Amino acid sequence: MTRPATKPETGPETGPEARIDRWTPAARIGVWGALVVLILLALFPFVLSAGLTGRLTALFIYVLLAAMWNALAGYGGLVSIGQQMFFGLGAYITIRIADLGLDPFAAIPLSALVTAVIAFPVSLFMLKLRGGEFAIGMWVLASITHLLVNLDPLIQGETGTSLISLNAYDAGPRRALIYWLALAGMTATLGLLYALLRSPTGLALQAIRDSEEAAASLGVEPARAKRVLFLLAAFGTGLAGALWLAQATSFQPKTYFSVQWTAYMIFMVLVGGIGRFEGAILGAVLFFLIETWFAATGVWYLIGLGAVAMAFSLFLPKGLWGAIDLRLIPIGHLVIKTKN
Amino acid sequence: MMFQITNAVLLGGHYALIAVGLSFMFQVMKVINLAHGSLAVLAAYGIWLLADRAGLSPFVGVLLVIPPMAVLGWGLQRGLLERAGRGGELLPILTTFGLAIVLDNLMFQQFGADTRSLSPFIGDFAWASWELPGSIFVGKVPVLILLTAILTIGALQMLLARTALGRQIRATAQDPVTAGLVGVDARRISAISSALAMVTVALSGLALGLRGTFDAYAGAPQLLFAFEATVIGGARSLWGTLAGAMVLALAQTFGAMVHPQGFLLGGHLAFLAVLFVRLAAAGGVWHLLKRARA
Repeated sequence: MTRPATKPETGPETGPEARIDRWTPAARIGVWGALVVLILLALFPFVLSAGLTGRLTALFIYVLLAAMWNALAGYGGLVSIGQQMFFGLGAYITIRIADLGLDPFAAIPLSALVTAVIAFPVSLFMLKLRGGEFAIGMWVLASITHLLVNLDPLIQGETGTSLISLNAYDAGPRRALIYWLALAGMTATLGLLYALLRSPTGLALQAIRDSEEAAASLGVEPARAKRVLFLLAAFGTGLAGALWLAQATSFQPKTYFSVQWTAYMIFMVLVGGIGRFEGAILGAVLFFLIETWFAATGVWYLIGLGAVAMAFSLFLPKGLWGAIDLRLIPIGHLVIKTKN
Repeated sequence: MMFQITNAVLLGGHYALIAVGLSFMFQVMKVINLAHGSLAVLAAYGIWLLADRAGLSPFVGVLLVIPPMAVLGWGLQRGLLERAGRGGELLPILTTFGLAIVLDNLMFQQFGADTRSLSPFIGDFAWASWELPGSIFVGKVPVLILLTAILTIGALQMLLARTALGRQIRATAQDPVTAGLVGVDARRISAISSALAMVTVALSGLALGLRGTFDAYAGAPQLLFAFEATVIGGARSLWGTLAGAMVLALAQTFGAMVHPQGFLLGGHLAFLAVLFVRLAAAGGVWHLLKRARA
């Protein structure tokens, strides 16, 4: 899948002054840098304090959430206000699977898979809607899911329940395990998205993002490509919900099915850069820092998030990464001039 | 049974009043304003402030709240939606969602977690009722709200069908560029439409406060009800929206009869059912499933 960088593909129409390539020096540094960072992150639980390990786990979950919402909106053109549906489902199904006697750490990835399976019939239906109808339609679905989960006697309505079986693990190893699971889950899901975007489906998606009509006229089938993204986003967002449950232990439907989660996703993606792989990661890191510094200010923190998101959508709709415009993750192709 | 149906129809009037502004903006500007519910709550707080601090009756207060709401609507279109709309059809969704978050939390900051109601300010009228044949009692306030909804929709439809402004609004809704070619200032018409929508939002804020209680975060459910009524009604005419609001209220009432927690679920399921039938009629369900397998 990865083309050797030493043998760049030369398009027939480009002539000798230019070549078409995915890889730029920055992208090479970006990919190798990402690998080094991931290896370092994997070693952190051995040296970091308990509190910091927990905070970094939250950061991985934010990156996952932002990347999934970005996949949907930035590449699929699907703005959903109802992604809290999959976040809540991921947590709820984890509780249900763990209740059957399965180890909680096995229940988490399994729950994400089940969430994606549930998303399939939903996609058949919802992807027929467009624009704002899809956006709020998803919100209605999230609300339905929330109400249905409340009816489950195991959850006891808004009282909620907890992932009790986690108590079988001691606090120290448990924290490290959740951390590694979050790191692995984030890496694997983002890797999957990366592979998808570089595949022919990814090419189709980027064509659809730029103009759905033009892409369709060239034989691209938007419905199929969008469905793949929708299912991936359901998987990743469900995984994030399951991981959040492992971190928090308690499950109150109101907390998990809150539209606030989608508000966070939108904030991260708008600020970081919609439609840019690196943008979602940058947005998640910024959100993480803002939360660390300002969450104590309560309501003003939320007002600030909303105002900043609005300002970005009005004045810098491509986000910070759109302004920086540096390719660290090689997804599209570039025409690179070889002579000046 | 008759009692429940009567009350459902009255509740439908309330939903129609909330939905008409959303439906109107969607029809004219193709924009779904996600701050719609929050703006209704803002209007309700405005009326509440006038009643609580200045002792004004909510029925007078709403008249004072309407002009600033109309100005707000104008500003919303000129300042936010117009700019966001240039960046594609998705940005207005995100911008108005951001606006809703800002409004909700600002109102929470200002008014706190206490729920408010306008009914203490209207005296005996709050619980006055008429008796219908079959000893069904209907509250005067819900009847008034239903009548306001019908009158509002009637007035807007009349404006659209009979006046020069209405003709320009319809032209802008159909094709803003062509409307511009024949001398319609689409920017101005969109701003006027947004202002008109906010006038109905002010009325729905009054209805919200009179029917029950509200708090700073009451906007989101109001938005969902308005959206569901608009979609069920078919988003083509405002009378359709009224019908959609009635279906929504009846489904909620029926849901509540089936299960104690079935009120919201009933409405949501009716919304999904209508959507499903419409999509099936448009594309054919089997075709839809076949496409999925391919």
